[in-house]
Amino acid sequence: MLKIENLHARIAGKEILKGLSLEAKAGEVHAIMGPNGAGKSTLGNVLAGRPGYKVTDGSVTFDGKNLLELEPEARAAAGVFLAFQYPVEIPGVNNTYFLRAALNAQRKARGEQELDSMQFLKLVRGKVNEMGMTPELLNRAVNEGFSGGEKKRNEVFQMALLEPRLAILDETDSGLDIDALKQVAAGVNALRSPERAFLVITHYQRLLDYIVPDFVHVLADGRIVESGDAQLARELEAHGYGWVREHASAGAGA
Amino acid sequence: MCDAAASLRLPGSGLGWLDAARAEALRAFAERGLPDQRNELWKYTSLRALAQRSYAPGDADATNRDVDAALLQPSPVPGPRAVFVNGAFRGDLSELDSLPEGVAVRSLASALHESPEPLRFLLDRRADADDDGFTLLDRAVAADGLVLSVAAGVEVPESLHIVHIGVAADTAAAWHLRSLIELGEGARLRLVEHHIGAEQTGHLANLVRDISVRKGAHLDWIVIQQASADAALFRRSKLRLQDDASVDFHALELGGKLARHEIRAELAGAQSRFVSRGAFVLHGRQHADMEVLVTHRGRDTLSNAVWRGVADDRARGVVHGRILVQPGADGADGSFYNKNLLLSPDAEIDTRPALEIYADEVKANHGATVGQLDEQVLFYLRSRGIPLELARRILVRAFCSVTLDGIEPASLREHCEALLAEQLPEARA
Repeated sequence: MLKIENLHARIAGKEILKGLSLEAKAGEVHAIMGPNGAGKSTLGNVLAGRPGYKVTDGSVTFDGKNLLELEPEARAAAGVFLAFQYPVEIPGVNNTYFLRAALNAQRKARGEQELDSMQFLKLVRGKVNEMGMTPELLNRAVNEGFSGGEKKRNEVFQMALLEPRLAILDETDSGLDIDALKQVAAGVNALRSPERAFLVITHYQRLLDYIVPDFVHVLADGRIVESGDAQLARELEAHGYGWVREHASAGAGA
Repeated sequence: MCDAAASLRLPGSGLGWLDAARAEALRAFAERGLPDQRNELWKYTSLRALAQRSYAPGDADATNRDVDAALLQPSPVPGPRAVFVNGAFRGDLSELDSLPEGVAVRSLASALHESPEPLRFLLDRRADADDDGFTLLDRAVAADGLVLSVAAGVEVPESLHIVHIGVAADTAAAWHLRSLIELGEGARLRLVEHHIGAEQTGHLANLVRDISVRKGAHLDWIVIQQASADAALFRRSKLRLQDDASVDFHALELGGKLARHEIRAELAGAQSRFVSRGAFVLHGRQHADMEVLVTHRGRDTLSNAVWRGVADDRARGVVHGRILVQPGADGADGSFYNKNLLLSPDAEIDTRPALEIYADEVKANHGATVGQLDEQVLFYLRSRGIPLELARRILVRAFCSVTLDGIEPASLREHCEALLAEQLPEARA
């Protein structure tokens, strides 16, 4: 589904990704771990098409299409979703209105029928029950005055509603207490399906106790230096990222 | 702009005091001319382009012109209406039969014809420092206007619409209206003022009005300005509020080539209150100039203003919010907040909040910004599948929508929201 090859990307003239390669198939959950500054968030932003990032080499194909030549909205319509590390507040834009505009824009782009307000409300109510979302948050402006946990839950709720094929979670666990973390993880687990792939970007292994990945990749200095299964995350937790660097350079030397 | 003013047959001419007042105003106008940018209140609005054009003094056929039905009913909100076409009151197009007891609506022309004396205090004035070229010209040649009074204690249940329509005339015309609106003690009124025009009408309208809100009375005043794209519109509104009186003012300024409104609210009585919410959304080469000048004179008075400006293309906006707290106006609470959004590198908005305080125990706040759409927010919307142009529209609408809060009835607010949506970038294309 997603194939990243030798990806090089820079922001503000500084090269952050330096030859990253990764392949994810439908149904798989890939965790991307790594120290601060390794390029984890850059990867998420480049995949979602955030302005300001410049890809200088390499390729990203998504369902056989060149993802990098699509506008952010076209990527979303194709099924890419980025759960933001820092969801933005949008005063004056009602959350329900926003969700409907987003869903219908995607449906329109895919040549599907747009939902009228009755159909949409029915869908939203179903998802609210499914995801344990606070219904009151839907009537407020997007993320305005939301707590950190509410913002992250709202991201997962959007994901549930938009049903992406590739969901990228950018440090969705940061700033959450253990209860909020469990809720977010439960929301993500409910969305795991054979048709959907996840990239779970995180600094800490803690989230991966609740969202158990199929693959764990360690990102350091703009490249994936180690890949493994869920056990790798536990070793990282035990030994720290320094261990990976030594491990990787030892491996490279061997 | 005033050529042939003398030859115009004005209502009430022949009345000694009125003829004298008009002649004096004309002399003062000839002396002062139109305001230029050395005048602090006209600093960012140049009249040079306007001075190149010529306008006929009034539209001689204004009382006979056919008017498209859509222009007569500019909003879906029911209620009686007074209609002016090219500066003339049109009783035949107005609907005033359903006005409740105690509410009187007349044209200035007929009021001067029937009983001019009660209007003498309004019209028999000498030029003073506050007068500019437009008020003097208006005093000299205003041929019509609205005279509206609501008797003490009368609460008008339905919205009263004032509809100013500009339609094509043989030559571009200038007209001047003088209006008086009085709310008696404890009266309540919702006034919805529409400015609307057929396309391709390059008229100039100059409106001067005095609004008096007596003890405990309340006025909801909503201005929806959709004048035709080539029109010039100058307005000065003086409001005077007595004890416990309140005015909630809303403005949605969308039309016109040059649209100016100078709002002077005097909080004369104790605990009187003036709340204003306004937005302009400009494109092309439109120019809007909103001057909101509040004077706190009574004790424990409150003024609160929230204005938004949006300019695209080469449009230019001006917002000037001044709060003046006079000696003795202790306990005054005044605030003025203005945010502006530039959608194009060639657009410009100048905003100047000003506070002058000469009393004690006063709370006063102001803030003004000019900025652009937040790239992070735009990306957030796009990452959810919302195309760039729609994302921009959603954000501009959200930016302005705070100024529509409080507009009643709900159908009027919805109407304003729809007009706003039409004015936004992609909807126009």
